[in-house]
Amino acid sequence: MNETDARSAVLQALREVAPDVEAEDLDPGARLRQDLELDSLDFLRLLELLAASTGVAAQEEDYASLTTVQSLVDYVAARA
Amino acid sequence: MPDLRMPSLGADMERGKVVEWLVRPGDYVHRGDLIAEVDTEKTVMEIESFEEGVLAEYLVELGQTVPVGTPIARVTGTPADVPAGPPATPIATPPDVASPDGAAATAAAERAVPPPIRHLAHRLDVDVDHIDGTGPAGAVTRADVEAAASAGPRSSAPPEPAAARPPRSSPRARRLADELGVDLARLTGTGPDGAVIGDDVRRAAEGRLEERPAGAVPAPTAGGDGADVRGERARAAERTASLRRAIGSLMARSKREIPHYYLSTTIDLSSALEWMRDENADLPLAERLVPAALLLAASARAAKQVPEMNGLFVDGAFRPSDAVHLGVAVALRGGGLVAPAIHDAERLAPGELMSALRDVVARARAGRLRRTEMSDPTITVTNLGDLGVESVFGVIYAPQVALVGFGRVVERPWAIEGLLGVRPVVTATLSADHRVSDGLRGGRFLALVDELLQKPEEL
Repeated sequence: MNETDARSAVLQALREVAPDVEAEDLDPGARLRQDLELDSLDFLRLLELLAASTGVAAQEEDYASLTTVQSLVDYVAARA
Repeated sequence: MPDLRMPSLGADMERGKVVEWLVRPGDYVHRGDLIAEVDTEKTVMEIESFEEGVLAEYLVELGQTVPVGTPIARVTGTPADVPAGPPATPIATPPDVASPDGAAATAAAERAVPPPIRHLAHRLDVDVDHIDGTGPAGAVTRADVEAAASAGPRSSAPPEPAAARPPRSSPRARRLADELGVDLARLTGTGPDGAVIGDDVRRAAEGRLEERPAGAVPAPTAGGDGADVRGERARAAERTASLRRAIGSLMARSKREIPHYYLSTTIDLSSALEWMRDENADLPLAERLVPAALLLAASARAAKQVPEMNGLFVDGAFRPSDAVHLGVAVALRGGGLVAPAIHDAERLAPGELMSALRDVVARARAGRLRRTEMSDPTITVTNLGDLGVESVFGVIYAPQVALVGFGRVVERPWAIEGLLGVRPVVTATLSADHRVSDGLRGGRFLALVDELLQKPEEL
């Protein structure tokens, strides 16, 4: 999957989990936890939505590296 | 048979309003059936019936704020007791254009038409403001409404343009409409009294998506929609403000009445997290555990073993609870928090607790909690650690007597049997009520949480 599609999948999932986040103007470096205030349940839901839309089911050992919007985009782009 | 009354949905609730009926007059309701959505100052909740029978009529208007204990609907024993309603054959009911806060409400106040009559009039499509009453002091009676209905639809009132006033709609419908960009005024409602409900909005949005060619951008919104969006934002702001007031008054009461004491301990989570990773390795994403599930499981089991932490302080005395209904503090996006209960949490395995947690958090954020979830917690856990802090000393939710807090899981140097290693640890805290327990019992509780987390396979 190219980066544009991956980004759009990530933003779509984010809109669902955190409807108050303005996904269009989002800084790719925004941190999921500190900046977007996603808790661990939100994070799990985000991964679930991404798995459904892109087929990429993140492994638990990779959670620690998935800290920003961009890291999620890269992760999905590399695997889908 | 007694009326259904506005229930108390928490110690701090004084009034509420019905925002959506989930049953219609003529429906048979069982005890425990969900009958309405009620808006308290804190959230919107579904309430259930305490009676069994046929719902005869509504006694309050949608959107009318009434004190706790006010009758909101009448239930009769058998269908024969129900007053004559509309014919059994389906009739086309146009969407109800009367808005509870609009001009109709003003007229209603002047004429003092009782809500049951007004409801009957809505059902029969009669405008009560345009018929002459034959009751005492010119009051409109049931017979007047029925006579007007048989005389023909709204002959006395000119038809109003549909866009003049928004149709009646449920909060979920308004929220969805806002999210999906659907104009509520264009929809025909299928809910009670023709109210626009969530499914109507969803259908409308789906229909529009099908019509739209792939890749096309949404049509620019009409000028009027901007005002709707602003109205929605204003309502959201008002909700946040009233939630903040409700939290403030509850917490002030807690600090005024409860002599808190606070304890803290640091717990090694390496066994718990290792066990969790092994479990998760075989599980699909949707069933994976998060550390919070283990912390909740351990807290619930410890509360079962230290009864002084689990129960309610009411009328000057502590009433321990046999079951552990674990309140979970849920931060709402946009501000504020609610702490609904996971029932009988001490009996749930971590996996079950995890799905209960996901369910209750999702519904709390969507404003779809049930009455018992708000009023039942016997002890509450707050898990602020997810968002970064290392420890949290909470304020007890009166009339509960203890609040457990967990901070962030962090890696720290940790000495075991003279050797130094790096371990994931969490700071667990307890705020407890000195009228019920002392530090010794509180300490026992936290020590138990620690012990339980060292044997996660037994949770």
